[in-house]
Amino acid sequence: MTAPPDDCLARNEWICGDYLSTRREILLDAVLQHLQLTSVSVLIGLALALPLAVPARRWGWAAGPVLAVTTILYTIPSLAMFSLLLPLYGLSATLVIAGLVLYSLTLLVRNILAGLRAVPEETRQAARGMGYGPVRLLLTVELPLALPAAMAGLRIATVSAVSLVTIGAIVGFGGLGNLIYSGMNTYFKAQVLTASVLCVVIAVAADLLLLGVQRLITPWTRART
Amino acid sequence: MNTLTATWDWLTDPAHWSGADGIWQRLLQHLVLTVVCLVVSCLIALPVAVVLGHLGKGGALAVNISNVGRAVPTFAVLVLLLLTPIGRWGEGPTVVALVLFAVPPLLTNAYVGMREVDRGTVQAARGMGMTGRQVMFHVELPLSSPMILNGMRIAAVQLVATATIAALAGGGGLGRIITAGFNLASTPQVVAGAVLVAVFALIVEGLFEVAERLAPAWARGAP
Repeated sequence: MTAPPDDCLARNEWICGDYLSTRREILLDAVLQHLQLTSVSVLIGLALALPLAVPARRWGWAAGPVLAVTTILYTIPSLAMFSLLLPLYGLSATLVIAGLVLYSLTLLVRNILAGLRAVPEETRQAARGMGYGPVRLLLTVELPLALPAAMAGLRIATVSAVSLVTIGAIVGFGGLGNLIYSGMNTYFKAQVLTASVLCVVIAVAADLLLLGVQRLITPWTRART
Repeated sequence: MNTLTATWDWLTDPAHWSGADGIWQRLLQHLVLTVVCLVVSCLIALPVAVVLGHLGKGGALAVNISNVGRAVPTFAVLVLLLLTPIGRWGEGPTVVALVLFAVPPLLTNAYVGMREVDRGTVQAARGMGMTGRQVMFHVELPLSSPMILNGMRIAAVQLVATATIAALAGGGGLGRIITAGFNLASTPQVVAGAVLVAVFALIVEGLFEVAERLAPAWARGAP
């Protein structure tokens, strides 16, 4: 009988290089699932938030109900949200995505609406005076000017989604959360720490990426004053 | 429809309300965790924010802490704490994680509130012979109370949510009903637990809404 190997995995250390080299595949799969869940839900959230925010801007009476409903959804704790959607979607990745979409909605609708409201009235009047119709006004003047506020909301929504995906571990679709969950049950310290750090790294990277995109698509905000 | 009736049956079964892991007990745990952690977080965050805001220092720190907090997954921190020596004292990881995540919104809101007090008002108070300490307690603090109350509201709702997640990492509270439901593969129990948690969170949010309305006019930010 051979003696058990005396490496950092056997000693259950927090930081362990052997863990990284032996579990590369598992980590990669978890990161990919994490990225996929995050990006799909934020994109669907964005696709739903725009048609909600634009009418809320155009017709004042619509703003109250839209903001109230999304805020109430945001108040419901994430684990409860996933659980409430369980009868609709079952134990699936769709369940996690649906929950995350509802979360990002509040942040996105609020910020897009704030951006649209901040467009100066003179600017809108000038565009109308130049013969812009409502659709052209919205697409070429109002939405571009609302971009900085909307991007700020998108950054917050994305960073929050990255950290909320981990809760999806309860239904088996939590990306890196799955590793944290199983690491908890087996007291596998290296796995929990590595997965946690990767979560933060993904969140920070996504935030920086979006900041870069924002600078690229809103060059006028950097013009000389 | 079937799930709805099954959930209703689960919720109205008296056996599910009593006992050591009954609904009343979980509700009480959730409430105690939320209230205790809110008080502790306020005791930590508010004095720091008020003094920093009065001195006008550390602003970048107070605001950045809040942004960093968002990127760190609550669940990951809970599990990490569980695996450290803190995990040996019962609700230790839950309490530490709850306080850790409630401090940033309290700190940021109170700091911003202190800084947004009209400088003219502060100078007028100074001109009337108030000392720095008097300005802080009698002028800046009351005028920033709407922002402080708003920070407490955000922190409280977040505490309720975090206490729910704590159940995933072995903590108590209403989340336990949900996790137990998942372990038993009982959809009615999972949904019933979720309804209880959602109602609890909405009641907390509603209480703060009422508190903000009942506050005196100056504390509501009225001009």
